[in-house]
Amino acid sequence: MSDQGRLSFIQAQDGTLVIRLVGAWSLRAGIPSAADVQGQVASTGISRGVAFDARELTSWDSSVLTFLVEVSELCLQRGIPMNREGLPVGVQKLLALAEAVPERKGARREVTEASFLERVGTDTLGLAGSAKEMLAFLGDMTVTFSVLLRMKAHYRASDLFLLIQQCGAQALPIVTLISFLVGVILAFVGAVQLKQFGAQIYVADLVGIAMMREMGAMMTGIIMAGRTGAAFAAQLGTMKVTQEVDALTTAGFSPLEFLVLPRVMALILMMPLLCLYADFVGVIGGAVIGVGMLDLSWTTYFHETANAISLTDISGGVFKASVYGVLIALSGCLRGLQCGNSSSAVGDAATSAVVTGIVAIVMACGIFAVVFYILGI
Amino acid sequence: MVGQAPTSNGAKPHITVRDLTMAFGSFVLMRDLNFTVNRGDVFIIMGGSGSGKSTLLRHMIGLIEPARGSIFYGDENFTKAEPEQRQELLRRMGILFQTGGLWSSMTLAENIGMLLEEYTDLNPAEIREVASLKLALVGLKGFEDYYPSQISGGMQKRAGLARAMALDPEVLFFDEPSAGLDPISSRLLDELILELRDSLGATVVVVTHELASIFTIGNNSVFLDPDAKTMTASGDPKELLAHCPDPKVRAFLRRGEKENV
Repeated sequence: MSDQGRLSFIQAQDGTLVIRLVGAWSLRAGIPSAADVQGQVASTGISRGVAFDARELTSWDSSVLTFLVEVSELCLQRGIPMNREGLPVGVQKLLALAEAVPERKGARREVTEASFLERVGTDTLGLAGSAKEMLAFLGDMTVTFSVLLRMKAHYRASDLFLLIQQCGAQALPIVTLISFLVGVILAFVGAVQLKQFGAQIYVADLVGIAMMREMGAMMTGIIMAGRTGAAFAAQLGTMKVTQEVDALTTAGFSPLEFLVLPRVMALILMMPLLCLYADFVGVIGGAVIGVGMLDLSWTTYFHETANAISLTDISGGVFKASVYGVLIALSGCLRGLQCGNSSSAVGDAATSAVVTGIVAIVMACGIFAVVFYILGI
Repeated sequence: MVGQAPTSNGAKPHITVRDLTMAFGSFVLMRDLNFTVNRGDVFIIMGGSGSGKSTLLRHMIGLIEPARGSIFYGDENFTKAEPEQRQELLRRMGILFQTGGLWSSMTLAENIGMLLEEYTDLNPAEIREVASLKLALVGLKGFEDYYPSQISGGMQKRAGLARAMALDPEVLFFDEPSAGLDPISSRLLDELILELRDSLGATVVVVTHELASIFTIGNNSVFLDPDAKTMTASGDPKELLAHCPDPKVRAFLRRGEKENV
């Protein structure tokens, strides 16, 4: 790169400014500023015109073009004629091409950073819109469920069974792992505290009640929101992008009956089973700590657990799990059906489905806590 | 209407679009669209990229509600129809979506069979036979048990067409049928469209910007100009090429090449 691109200026006798382009110009070496030209034009007064001398230009690329477009705009602004004959033919052609299509009116957008208040305002307005959409979706789903109860819903039984398999049996490994660990964690936390009073045996009560009443349903819900809710959103979103949803609508099949209903049903049916399973595995997790760390025997631990929990605890948890299932399926399907027309929109839909699902679960959990307290369950 | 010959004179209007305005929120895409598609026409919706051709088609099949104006099928107002009446009208239409729009969780036979199951009283064996026939018509005999992801893009398009024909529709809509097809497949699809029009007596509406297709199959058309925000020409594309007063339309139909005067 010894022969780097340079500029020099010659004031010709007839009053034109000759710009000499010398050496090898390359984008990597940078683009000379048109400000030099402007400086020259300003210092020499109104120039008669601008011409070029490119005889010593050894190689060129877009750097020359970018520079020339700027010079050309400068000349246009000042009303100075620009003589391009001295330029290489290729450069002249490309320059003509760049200027061939005039800028479309209104195509240029002012990229302005919206102010903080403006963004807060826009988002708040958007919130009202999305709340309305969500309500409309809930209303439509209620109607769809009444259609289901009248045994008139159109969906494929094979789809339902496939979904049941996907969000039932295939979710067992992850549910096993998480709920076992949750049982272990609960037992650990309890053991450290209860050991101080010599009340280690109550670890069994703690783990049992916590798993049955809250943690089993909650952890299953969160796992399924991340696993199945996201999958639902991605499936429906992709179907939207590939126009499968449009094809259903125009063929007279309601996407809500055909796509959303089996998904909701699959989760309503599977969540209670998964929750029961999670309860059980959680208790085993607690027992492993109880037996391993606290010198309790398996029998003592299970007796204590059995005494501590009641059927109400278990059925309360199972009921919650069903509700969480509905929430997960609805938020997954809603976000999927709201999906835009691009692959990035599918990703957004999946993300948003998980967020909506988890928020809905935690909110429902809070509401249940209050209601169960008032009802004395 | 089966077997009705395509005529341009004294033809019966099949689809009438009246004062249609297409808008997204406050952004108006096209306004004051007025045109008539006659029975047996191969009607082309043409225009440059982004001019709203596909959007117009989506309006015509009820996927988007017009901001203003109405679409009529025969004498029935599709836009203002009750849901049941609209379903009834939709049942007489077949639509080939740009991406095929086949239901990916079903085999090709199931894709076609689902419509027959819903709207006819055929038994499963008969449904299977009809599905095979439809697939054979588009040259996909033997592919009944393939899933859409297992066949090529061109085959998906043809399978989509087989599904669109499942209920012997009176109107067939095609959204960019030749997009993503090689020239030969694209020409074969054009021939198929013409044959179906002739044998089923269906009216065909095609969204396309492929000049070869436009001149081979089209006998009526509308040209959408995004700058004017409305239609700037309508009629037989071959006539438009020669006599359209709008230079933009002639340039489009000549691929922008200079006119030999």
